[in-house]
Amino acid sequence: MSDHAELAQAVREGQRLALARLLSLIENEQPQGEAALTELYPLTGRAYIVGVTGAPGTGKSSLVNELAKTLRAKIYPGLHASRPPAVAIVAVDPTSPFSGGAILGDRIRMRDLAGDAGVFVRSMASRGSLGGLAHTTSSVADALDAAGFEVILIETVGAGQAEVDIARHAHTTLVIESPGMGDDIQAIKAGILEIADLLVVNKADLPGAENAVRVLRAALDLAGNTGGAEARWQVPILQAVATTGQGVPTLVEALLRHREYLQASGLWRERGQQRAAAALEARLRDRLAERWHAAQPDGRYREILARIVRRELSPAAAVQEMLEDEPAPEAAKRHLAARAGARR
Amino acid sequence: MIQPTIRVLIAKPGLDGHDRGAKVIARALRDAGMEVIYTGLRQTPEMIAEAALQEDVHVVGLSILSGAHMALVPRVVELLRAQGQGQVHLFVGGIIPDEDLPKLKALGVEDIFGPGASTQTIAARVRQVAEGRAQSPGP
Repeated sequence: MSDHAELAQAVREGQRLALARLLSLIENEQPQGEAALTELYPLTGRAYIVGVTGAPGTGKSSLVNELAKTLRAKIYPGLHASRPPAVAIVAVDPTSPFSGGAILGDRIRMRDLAGDAGVFVRSMASRGSLGGLAHTTSSVADALDAAGFEVILIETVGAGQAEVDIARHAHTTLVIESPGMGDDIQAIKAGILEIADLLVVNKADLPGAENAVRVLRAALDLAGNTGGAEARWQVPILQAVATTGQGVPTLVEALLRHREYLQASGLWRERGQQRAAAALEARLRDRLAERWHAAQPDGRYREILARIVRRELSPAAAVQEMLEDEPAPEAAKRHLAARAGARR
Repeated sequence: MIQPTIRVLIAKPGLDGHDRGAKVIARALRDAGMEVIYTGLRQTPEMIAEAALQEDVHVVGLSILSGAHMALVPRVVELLRAQGQGQVHLFVGGIIPDEDLPKLKALGVEDIFGPGASTQTIAARVRQVAEGRAQSPGP
């Protein structure tokens, strides 16, 4: 049996070391990891994927820790009939744009989960991605799905307003706010609130929690509380205290209600399709660019770049020329003629 | 092939509550381009080994100031080997008496850094050891 088939088999059997190795291979985009994931792909599509996002310091890691503990504490028939669901956590932290290094500190808040064989925690660095996840987070989730985890919690980088990739990669997106995070204008800006299927005001024992709930409620009412594109789901605003676990069982119930809603309304399949499309699209784009680079004669890329810098070519015309191996189209010729005229 | 990013687990086993040193090292390794998983205070050897496995790290760095290193380090080594991670490189930092240095090295600890070791030296040494591993044909 080849290496990757052996690895896939070990992951299928639940060997944790093999799973950890596979995740590294995927993260490093090694061919062996991709081949093993291809073997495992028919086993994916079973896990319930929950995205957890919110600004830095709102308590994402602590809440993920409590969610996992609560899920592991009893049987949820919708997730597994006879035992508590196995839970995997993928926690993403930012990569330094200067050194390429990262400090991955989400495990600090997850020490309660140590020693539970039904939990697997993996930290990931964002490695240059800007949407709040790493480039390979979705494939890592696929591997965990194939390994048999019934629930996968993906914790994003501390997110501001634009880190909304998670909505394309999760079934349910949980957005965490905490008291004192900004006024009602912040709440109606586009972005992170729009992707919420559930809103949680964490640190609800602090002053200002009621006000935060009110502001969020008003923002959702303004938007008609549509829950993104779907009209029949009322986005609930829940309160929790992650450090004590207060409000977390209610939160888990709300997650499971959303899961049932997705399945009953057909959105489960639709979101699965969106997820597949996003993965396919990203991979296609990467591979096409890679293939194109490999096929270019040495120095052509640099030469074209230099022409763009000299303003002899616009980036749009450059791409046209590079892809078609034909002379630049009429618009670019006119542009060049105009420039040449201006020089004279 | 591009070298995979070096992943390091920095852990504080035992009961002393001083993690400034561990944080300084974590930061220095980050600045040297490594991914550092920091697990916080009061970790048991079991928690450290489990985290090393799930995170598939190349290197584990233990910061110990309590004097309990001769109890904690052998246990971590034993657990890593038992779970099939004998190839993980181990470093120890902290206050370690001279007479214990050879004992720790005999256990397989790559290096021991006391107070005053420069962060550049530590980062360079970690990289050297980790990349040596990456070039070897495997366990």
